Amino acid sequence: MSVNPLLMGHPLSSPEHARHALLYMWRIRKFEEAVEDLFGRGMMHGTMHLSIGQEASPTGMCMAMTLQDQITSTHRGHGHCIAKGADLTRMIAELLGKKIGYCGGRGGSMHIADVETGNLGANGVVGGGLPIAAGAALASKMMNRGTVAVSFFGDGAMNEGAFHEAANMAAIWKLPMILFCENNGYGMSSSTAKAFAIDNLADRGKGYGIPGVNVDGNDVVAVYEVAQAAVDRAKAGEGPTLIIAETYRWKGHSRSDKNLYRTKEEIEEWRTKDPIPRFISRAIEAGLLNQKQCDAIQNEAIEAIKAAVNEAVKAESAEPSGLLDAVFKAVSA
Amino acid sequence: MLTMAEAVREAMSIAFEERPEVFLLGEDVGIYGGAFGVSGDMYHKYGADRVLDTPIAELGIVGAAVGAALSGMRPIVEIQFSDFTAQAMDQIANQAAKIHFMLGGALHVPMVLRTPQGSGTGAAAQHSQNLEPWFASVPGLKVVVPSNPADAKGLLLSAIDDPNPVIFLEHKLLYKIPGRDPVPEGATRIPLGVSKVVREGKDLTIVATGIMVNKSYEVAEKLAAEGITITLIDPRTISPLDMNPVFESVEKTGRLMVVQEGPAQAGFINEVIAQLAGSSSFGSLIAPIKRLAGMNIPIPYAPQLEKAAVPQIEDIEIAAREIVKNWR
Repeated sequence: MSVNPLLMGHPLSSPEHARHALLYMWRIRKFEEAVEDLFGRGMMHGTMHLSIGQEASPTGMCMAMTLQDQITSTHRGHGHCIAKGADLTRMIAELLGKKIGYCGGRGGSMHIADVETGNLGANGVVGGGLPIAAGAALASKMMNRGTVAVSFFGDGAMNEGAFHEAANMAAIWKLPMILFCENNGYGMSSSTAKAFAIDNLADRGKGYGIPGVNVDGNDVVAVYEVAQAAVDRAKAGEGPTLIIAETYRWKGHSRSDKNLYRTKEEIEEWRTKDPIPRFISRAIEAGLLNQKQCDAIQNEAIEAIKAAVNEAVKAESAEPSGLLDAVFKAVSA
Repeated sequence: MLTMAEAVREAMSIAFEERPEVFLLGEDVGIYGGAFGVSGDMYHKYGADRVLDTPIAELGIVGAAVGAALSGMRPIVEIQFSDFTAQAMDQIANQAAKIHFMLGGALHVPMVLRTPQGSGTGAAAQHSQNLEPWFASVPGLKVVVPSNPADAKGLLLSAIDDPNPVIFLEHKLLYKIPGRDPVPEGATRIPLGVSKVVREGKDLTIVATGIMVNKSYEVAEKLAAEGITITLIDPRTISPLDMNPVFESVEKTGRLMVVQEGPAQAGFINEVIAQLAGSSSFGSLIAPIKRLAGMNIPIPYAPQLEKAAVPQIEDIEIAAREIVKNWR
């Protein structure tokens, strides 16, 4: 099914926008559930980092972005790829080590990139995407492209040198960049309370001379609003913005996580802040969608994921032949 | 006659004229002209946007170059001393080197990272290393080690053309000296991955890198007067490595000496030895392979200590004489 990957604008500005926001959050949720299922059934190799509970942040951010605007993503990157418009079949195929996968089976879950949707790639190194996004923003500025580069990262990345160096460069050169932190409260097992001596991570913006903005990361409308303001600022040549989206991952860090560092109560409390029903209430209240439509949107996402899984499962496996030739891009004569 | 610093600058300037997407970024490359004067007056010629002074932030600089390269630019990064690439290694080894392969080939990183390396300036252990094996051991990086101005110019032009990340290691003692051969005018490229036979002889094959090519050349000249003739091979690109001239030469001379400035342990020259050992040319050897390299120590400060740490012309001469004399 072909879906317009990038319907830009406020999630509550029209029924189409509300539908888009809800559909993309469901697509992310259902994708992650499918990954967990494939993993549980032994069909997927390696590991997985699920973003269930965090769907509103990438969805809201990407609704403020054009197809040409760029992102860098993280190890927990499925949501960013989907929100930016990646093809679900090619994503699942990658996880299953298939030839048609985004990386031809060479990258897996942590390395999905999609040139067509401006996705410069998920990244297996915490903070790795931040300087790269600064460079993309630098290129945009040098080439007068008018695009913005958004780096998604987690709270853990804010203590990497890469965050500091990228934030500073973006600030001094007034790059069209957005530093989008999904603060889910934990860098693997380290809580922000343990890893930071400040209470509000957005305060870090001051140190670079850039705005630091807090937003409820589970409210797709609020995320969109701060995202749009940051995009406007970046595209007006006023420089980067640090956005701290407060959110939570319901699942463990990866498959090995036994959740020893947090309580069941805490997880349960955050489940009540589920971004999807919250947005459904808003959309119904605003008269943009009715319950029946919302159910249909959920089913549409379920069907899209099912179809993607079915197609990906049937696809041809990636073969080791040709690996040596894939290391370098061929030099054209 | 251009020096290597001038030749590198000329190559960068040609690339600047040829392609609007080429730019230079690094610490003090602008008005200062580069710590070793390599960018020189380029700031005045091309402006602050294309000769971009950066904060002291090697990881950020290389990352910005990677991101710009992914987005249609062709950055040349100057890292002030190769030792400081340690600060940037995530972006070099985990990002730039792997993006094309790992991300399925849809993206590539046309970036050149130029950096001065080597000992001989009294700058001690954190400003004097030869780090070829760090880079050559990472699939996805091309690694160039020019030994003279003419090669530096032609190789750098090819490196800038290349759609892949290229690490360009410039020995700082070579910056200020002209080469034996004049630097060709114009934009003549030297392809990456082609070893150069610097001179030919029948008694000994020497494979040397960077400044050791010059030192070995002097030895070859001197011994030629005594009737000992040497084939000297400069790989120029150590990754990918072109071994064919080495195989061919060893089949003629039967003797091999490999010379590098960096420490012997896990050094680049071991790769040359390993590839020869696994080839049919190995049977042509009539002498054990002589490996001449830096000591397995950090580069010390005092001039007499620093000199002792890396092969000198006399060391190469003694070793060359011995291998030819002892194995007939």
